[in-house]
Amino acid sequence: MIKLKIKDHSELFQEPEYQAQFERKKEFECCPTSEEVQTISDWTKTEEYQEKNFARQHIKINPVKACQPLGALYCALGFEDTLPFCQGAQGCVAYFRSHLNRHFKEPVQAVSSSMTEDAAVFGGLNNMTEGMENAYALYKPKMMAIFTSCIAEVIGDDLNAYTKGAKEKGVIPSELLTPYANTPSFVGSHITGYDNMLRSILKSLTAGKKSEPNGKVNVIAGFDPYTGNYREIKRMLDMMDVKHTVLSDVSDSFDAPNTGQAKIYRGLTRIEDTMDSANAMATVSLQKYSTLKTMDFINKEWNQKTVVKIPVGVRNTDALLEELSKITGKRVPQELEDERGRVVDAMVDSHTYVHGKRFALAGDPDLLLGMVSILMEMGGEPVHIICTNGDKNFHEDMETLLASSPYGASGKVYINKDLWHLRSLMFTDPVDLLISNSYAKFLWRDTGTPLIRYGFPLFDRHHLHRYPIIGYQGALNIVTSIVNTVLEELDRATINTTSFDVIR
Amino acid sequence: MSRAIEDTKKMIDEVLEVYPEKTKKVRAKHIAPNDPSGQCASCQVKSNVKSRPGVMTVRGCAFAGAKGVVWGPVKDQITISHGPIGCGQYSWWARRNYYNGQTGIDTFGTMHITTDFQEKDIVYGGDKHLDAALVELKELFPLAKGIGILSECPVGLIGDDIEAVAKKKVKEFGMPIVPVRCEGFRGVSQSLGHHIANDTIRDHILGKGKLETSTPYDVALIGDYNIGGDAWASRKMLEEMGLRVIAQWTGDASVNEMGIAHKSKLNLIHCYRSMNYICRHMEETYGTPWLEFNFFGPTKIYESIRKIAAQFDDTIKVKAEAMIEKYKPKMDAVIEKYRPRLEGRTVMLYVGGLRPRHTIGAYEDLGMEVVASGYEFGHNDDYKRTYEVMKEGALIIDDATEYELEEFTHRMKPDLVGAGIKEKYTYHKMGVPFRQMHSWDYSGPYHGFDGFGVFARDMDATVNSPTWDLIRRKK
Repeated sequence: MIKLKIKDHSELFQEPEYQAQFERKKEFECCPTSEEVQTISDWTKTEEYQEKNFARQHIKINPVKACQPLGALYCALGFEDTLPFCQGAQGCVAYFRSHLNRHFKEPVQAVSSSMTEDAAVFGGLNNMTEGMENAYALYKPKMMAIFTSCIAEVIGDDLNAYTKGAKEKGVIPSELLTPYANTPSFVGSHITGYDNMLRSILKSLTAGKKSEPNGKVNVIAGFDPYTGNYREIKRMLDMMDVKHTVLSDVSDSFDAPNTGQAKIYRGLTRIEDTMDSANAMATVSLQKYSTLKTMDFINKEWNQKTVVKIPVGVRNTDALLEELSKITGKRVPQELEDERGRVVDAMVDSHTYVHGKRFALAGDPDLLLGMVSILMEMGGEPVHIICTNGDKNFHEDMETLLASSPYGASGKVYINKDLWHLRSLMFTDPVDLLISNSYAKFLWRDTGTPLIRYGFPLFDRHHLHRYPIIGYQGALNIVTSIVNTVLEELDRATINTTSFDVIR
Repeated sequence: MSRAIEDTKKMIDEVLEVYPEKTKKVRAKHIAPNDPSGQCASCQVKSNVKSRPGVMTVRGCAFAGAKGVVWGPVKDQITISHGPIGCGQYSWWARRNYYNGQTGIDTFGTMHITTDFQEKDIVYGGDKHLDAALVELKELFPLAKGIGILSECPVGLIGDDIEAVAKKKVKEFGMPIVPVRCEGFRGVSQSLGHHIANDTIRDHILGKGKLETSTPYDVALIGDYNIGGDAWASRKMLEEMGLRVIAQWTGDASVNEMGIAHKSKLNLIHCYRSMNYICRHMEETYGTPWLEFNFFGPTKIYESIRKIAAQFDDTIKVKAEAMIEKYKPKMDAVIEKYRPRLEGRTVMLYVGGLRPRHTIGAYEDLGMEVVASGYEFGHNDDYKRTYEVMKEGALIIDDATEYELEEFTHRMKPDLVGAGIKEKYTYHKMGVPFRQMHSWDYSGPYHGFDGFGVFARDMDATVNSPTWDLIRRKK
């Protein structure tokens, strides 16, 4: 009887027989010598390389952004009984679904009109009509939220006419809600798509619904990939006794309880509440750059007060609660004040490990604005700030934020840049810690800078999206992850020294 | 018609009932009870045709087939996702095609490199932008051995001439620049992307590599993408039986290996679907024979080793037998440990490429029965190879929709479902044990002697996980 030891890839290929195999294989690879590789590797870490790297105008290398229709799909899934319908090629929807599956570890249901070469020539009318008929028969939604991917945009499909036609033909019921948004992938990014879809849904569902004030506050989370944030904002509003409607509440869509049943629709924003949202006393958005058009629409078309507050960090959360208090006349309850006290206490206790630490960050504009705020509150110093999908306004916002604190003095913000740019910066001007998504782990490998995972997508760690990063609880989560990463690294660095302390 | 076939037929009809008339008629041709005898005329499924719009097909597109499957794994070539940002982002290092090398210096597999089309590129065309991008890449990555331009939808729609841009740069750079017309709207699934990619290997790379010496035992390993190290586990066996693997396509492949496979004495193809085209080409043009094999599970492995050895002289045959002798005790030990835990369990598979049929033997080695199987993008020749390895009355399903997969699961109650990431979490919510059979659920390898133990361990972990029993099921 032999002793069974099963080794998978993580151990197996380290074995000598595999290492020897890899050496033998080089004979056929015509690969450069290890000296050549070393020379180039060293060169990529230089100022000279950085200059060439920053001079590039025509290619992105490891960018931090996705495309519009992904954001549109994400937004649509927060609404009650809503099926996202993409007018475009089927591969797009396969990609959007799998991308979201990998971040949330949750099912994602959406359909495509499967446009192919003939649709490119003759237009996508037949695909859309048959697609709506099939999708309705199978999945019986109350709303089909329609958006586009490249092919429909390039050939110029008329979503309005096609949808009307489908209803006239009777392939879908006339009462089926069919808001639509144009979401070309060659404009903006996933945050733009979120904005476009949300505006379209609100515009379509609230048409003619303006009536008496309903005494509620609308809350828009923006393209927020943390289901914990949705639950956190609702919890805070309940504590304040503020009646609210979260517009696109995806908390169950992407974090549903396991009951042994696969429910197709898990969006928590009710259609009825959405229709009534035009009558709220105000709309508060927790992100700026993923809700620009929506907020503009609400302000102009509904004549509603609009407020943007990104509640990441203590002062930002204070500002949100004060604003809510001002809007509703409700007081911030003692329980929330106590939560504030606790997170501040935690920050005071941990400050020595974060003070003066230098950070590189990469992510969506709103995430960066929030993270930079909380870092500076702890005495951390944001240094390299990379935003692939940030624009000039964001650049200005970030510079203003950096200028508001002495800890922002060494911060520099780069829009339209990517993780390969950041690699250069991290070699020529090293930092202590890196905050970004899972793909930044390659920077961790190359530069040895510890990565604290925040943003989207987070593929290689589980359940992070369930923990809020907004509000006082969110601040506590962020503080905990940062300080413990610092301590973990300190242990690693001192493992064979007398500094290997038990009490820190 | 046998009882088993009739029962399955009845179940299929029930599931299809919900569809509108036209779609029902179409879908009925893609789903059938299995008939290994070939006598039941209506049991042959239709395949490789357009998916119906709006049904939630599992399929992807030609770009996924060309970039994600065939070209993406070639490690020392820069693969550009040419067009808007999304396609490259969503396919970024998603298939776990392992490789050795220093990423960003001499290899580029885990990088997402894109021309990131903006509106102006759509309006004025993207060729100049592409030309400039190639120059920038050449400068930043001097050790790259080639550049692939993998087109996304808009490129084909706006009439860009990427071939002209590539041709010009081949001369300037002195290395292959491969334009690949794999826009997602082409064809009906990933499959055409494989074919298009094969054709570009033929036109731009094959025959251009260097091979100093040849031996009578040279083989090429084709259609193994080294997911979780599969190709390495297979290569180990081929080398141990005395063969010399001169090229590995395309998992851990170098551009040079892509250029010399035709010089092998025998091309060994694992994923028939994605690379049969180029094998046929090498046979016709260079007279290189090719052979299909299956390295999943000991039964098929022994069979395949002997089939491969039979193509060579006695030195190989002797070594092959010695190798089987050496590893058999370990394979027996794996079966002894896991078979009692998995015996009699049923499996539903819905995957792509070779897996819907190639993994059946491995499940059977563990005492499990595959009761349903289907292909996302199979062709007639895939199904022909499948009918004979499945039982009468088993469910065969082509281009399934998410609705159908769920419905058949409710009715057939398999103990394990093997499909992709888009299905995985639906099954978790349903409380049905599930394994991703594209990415091996981040495990692997599953190929070869070293892979079978991992496969068995993983199936057991999922089928017998105590977590399923925690679910409080709503009735």
